[in-house]
Amino acid sequence: MEFILIIISAVFINNVVLAQFLGICPFLGVSNKVNTALGMAGAVTFVIVLATMATYLIQVYVLNKLGIAFMQTITFILVIAALVQMVEIILKKVSQPLYQALGIFLPLITTNCAVLGVAILVIKKDYNLIEGVVFGASTAIGFGLALVILAGIREQLELVDIPKGMRGVSISLVIAGILAMAFMGFTGIVK
Amino acid sequence: MNQFKNFTKGFIKENPILVLVLGTCPTLATTSSSLNGMGMGIATTFVLIGSNVVISLLSNVIPDKVRIPAFVVIIASFVTVVDLIMQAYVPGLYEKLGIFIPLIVVNCIVLGRAEAYACKNTVFSSLIDGAGMGLGFTMALGILGAFREIVGSGSLFGHKFIHGDGVLVFILAPGAFLALGYLIALINRIKRT
Repeated sequence: MEFILIIISAVFINNVVLAQFLGICPFLGVSNKVNTALGMAGAVTFVIVLATMATYLIQVYVLNKLGIAFMQTITFILVIAALVQMVEIILKKVSQPLYQALGIFLPLITTNCAVLGVAILVIKKDYNLIEGVVFGASTAIGFGLALVILAGIREQLELVDIPKGMRGVSISLVIAGILAMAFMGFTGIVK
Repeated sequence: MNQFKNFTKGFIKENPILVLVLGTCPTLATTSSSLNGMGMGIATTFVLIGSNVVISLLSNVIPDKVRIPAFVVIIASFVTVVDLIMQAYVPGLYEKLGIFIPLIVVNCIVLGRAEAYACKNTVFSSLIDGAGMGLGFTMALGILGAFREIVGSGSLFGHKFIHGDGVLVFILAPGAFLALGYLIALINRIKRT
């Protein structure tokens, strides 16, 4: 039951993009086509789950043990950057099709604040390892959901005559605002 | 290049948020009031100036191949400093900005200036560049925060001057997207004429 609460809350109520404002850059950057949005969502899910596990273990077994919890920011960003590089190299060797699908998105993910954000939130919320991983995965699914919805709308937008000044980022932000309003309707499902 | 021009380019012409559209996450998240927005802006400015200066000092020493990880470590160190200082001296603001203080590390503006400017220019120019870009960022956050605070709750810097309830949605998440969207549209319109 507790896991279901975490999942629903992370995907719908506290949606990472529309309610918590993490990962806006890729949200605006790669939401032109539904296919690229799906690829990005897959890559982010993969990295967030791995990064949550790695950073959690490092926090508990290295930083807390040595009493240097203030090194959190530096350690986590380095771990995430190294992890992304490693995932890229391994994927290239092991699975060519998966690399083709996710590869181009991987370098972008290091600077996706959702990854570092989730890693820090897991520590802040005092989750254990399994709860942390569930939280990470559902946050990533929430990110994917918002990304794919926006991409779907933007594909339709290409056929619409938008005022010149509003084209590009501006109209995307307005649509995201309306989406965020729709997602506000989920508030109150879970206390 | 003229240092004055170097300083002011971040205000409008190359404003990191309104023109380059970098660092949107903290922009949207911390502008629920003008004070929060400007607090975030000042914290980022400090990191920008510090990392720009150190990176331009070390640019001859850092091997080209590992420059990005090296930049990230330098930036993360300054972020940790800001994090600890804010925790000690402005705990109220620190509480409100929360997770977005450590997330200055992944703010594209900071790494962007390091890569595009500080590693190629002198220490003094980099300092000016960092200060100018940081102030441009702070200004944009302040404007956005002030707008949301006035429309959303009828107050400015915490002082209420319009009676009655505001349009609450502008304080909440959707208002952030709408306000920034229209602000960028406005800037585009001004730039065209």
